[in-house]
Amino acid sequence: MARPIAAKSFTLEEGGFALFLALLAVGCLFIAAKAWEPAYAFHMGVGAIMAAAGCILILKAYIDRTEMPSQLTADGKPNYNYGPIKFASIAAMFWGIAGFIVGLTVASQLAWPVLNFDFPLTNFGRLRPLHTSAVIFAFGGNVLLATSFYVVQRTSQARMPGIITPWFIVLGYNAFIVIAGTGYLLGITQGKEYAEPEWYADLWLTIVWVTYLLAFLGTLWKRKEPHIYVANWFYLAFIVTIAMLHLGNNMSVPVSIFSSKSIQVFSGVQDAMVQWWYGHNAVGFFLTAGFLAIMYYFVPKRAERPVYSYRLSIVHFWSLIFLYIWAGPHHLHYTALPDWASTLGMVMSIVLWMPSWGGMINGLMTLSGAWDKLRTDPVIRMLVVSVAFYGMSTFEGPLMSIRAVNGLSHYTDWTVGHVHSGALGWVGFVSFGALYCLFPWLWNKKGLYSLKLVNWHFWLGTIGIVLYICAMWVSGIMQGLMWRAYDKLGFLEYSFIETVEQMHPFYVIRALGGGLFVLGSLIMAYNLYMTVRHGEQEDTVLAGASRMAAAE
Amino acid sequence: MDTTYTALAQFAQTWGLLYFVILFIGALAYALWPSNSKQFDAAAQSPLRED
Repeated sequence: MARPIAAKSFTLEEGGFALFLALLAVGCLFIAAKAWEPAYAFHMGVGAIMAAAGCILILKAYIDRTEMPSQLTADGKPNYNYGPIKFASIAAMFWGIAGFIVGLTVASQLAWPVLNFDFPLTNFGRLRPLHTSAVIFAFGGNVLLATSFYVVQRTSQARMPGIITPWFIVLGYNAFIVIAGTGYLLGITQGKEYAEPEWYADLWLTIVWVTYLLAFLGTLWKRKEPHIYVANWFYLAFIVTIAMLHLGNNMSVPVSIFSSKSIQVFSGVQDAMVQWWYGHNAVGFFLTAGFLAIMYYFVPKRAERPVYSYRLSIVHFWSLIFLYIWAGPHHLHYTALPDWASTLGMVMSIVLWMPSWGGMINGLMTLSGAWDKLRTDPVIRMLVVSVAFYGMSTFEGPLMSIRAVNGLSHYTDWTVGHVHSGALGWVGFVSFGALYCLFPWLWNKKGLYSLKLVNWHFWLGTIGIVLYICAMWVSGIMQGLMWRAYDKLGFLEYSFIETVEQMHPFYVIRALGGGLFVLGSLIMAYNLYMTVRHGEQEDTVLAGASRMAAAE
Repeated sequence: MDTTYTALAQFAQTWGLLYFVILFIGALAYALWPSNSKQFDAAAQSPLRED
């Protein structure tokens, strides 16, 4: 070693995290011993093990290292921190496949109820939140962690701050996923859609999320560029708003520190309003702003052209941010919520057409002059189709928010279809495109193992989505029309079970579409594995810098 | 109750509207200000720069 051993010292950051995790492990163990419910004791046990493991990892990393880690620069270039990004990318792929398979399972359960197996753990009611959380928070969340850390470092030309902090964020977030997911299966839920985890998981996520915000801001603080690139604005809006939503919607008082159960502070229609303020902005800021950040970095990068209009991107950002936050009440038409509030939500949703389509046009037109790449590069095709799906679902959403349309669409499969054209088409495809870019960049490979397999993934996924959403359109509108059909005497024409019977073929088609989507994602995982394992090494000056970063 | 609602609605429909319009005009002005264009053109290139 060129550097003297004296350079090695236990930093305040390492000490702080190690102490915090050690105390947490002891605390969890204490609560586990006195817990009222076995499922809660199990969770506290898992928490203790994970906290202790974190503490041990910090100490082991300290013992193993021979010099001060994480130099800010290497050979005069920024020494980017890729380790945590690699972990989050792999985790995204893992949770993605898990979440898609659970989705296929619940879709099949709707078509063939016998697949519930009359067993609590495999019941639709428990698997459904497992599916939604796995795809949104586990898959989507890890994609956002990976890409945001990559983009903010590269566009700021600065290494993220901290030795332990980036790892704490990525591993801590995945620990939250494990607690949340196992909780659903064991029946622990606070019964709020997309906010099911109970108070202790919420507290943990708050700590991780605030650390994430600080690390992101810290990287921006150290930037060498004068201007903060627009993708970072979108990431920042996503991080800040999710923190605010999470705190607002999870205001609850635990029954006891020894119980997983908590009581909501809000009740009745106030609770419903806060829930859908949260719920719709989870769509607006997690599934839209965060993934728009991906669009604004990865589409230009892959197309090798700057974004179509940087000015439009600024207008897009500010108008989207200021409008989305008001759209939530459109989930509560014809409820105890006053009409003026749901009308406000509806109007704001319709005004959202403007920024949404402005953003879509900005993304698509980035390809102008390079449209031939759609023919030759299936990754850019995936990114462009994702933006097209973004345009489609942000057209459909405001339409469905109109009170009269909502009267037909609400509670039907149309909503499910709409969500999935956004989730599979937009969020899924833009994430796949980003991961197909990221893996070769992070592991320093010339390119992907096989573009042919990307092409297969693209077509299987696209056909799967089309089958899914078409089946749900037909099934949903049929369901809505059957529910509102009256006979001459003013009685309902159909019983509920008659509508269910009619939906069966569409449920089968939906499951088939989902199956194709799963198949595509398995091909993707194989392709990415082969890229990392057997891809051709990139041989540039760059290689040295990123290898150093990877080795630490 | 009714007066609280009326007062709030009045506030939102006047000052709230004004607040949004001013913010939007501010964002537009920032985006379209001629002297900012150089900075934005440079920023648009930043994903493409290799280091």
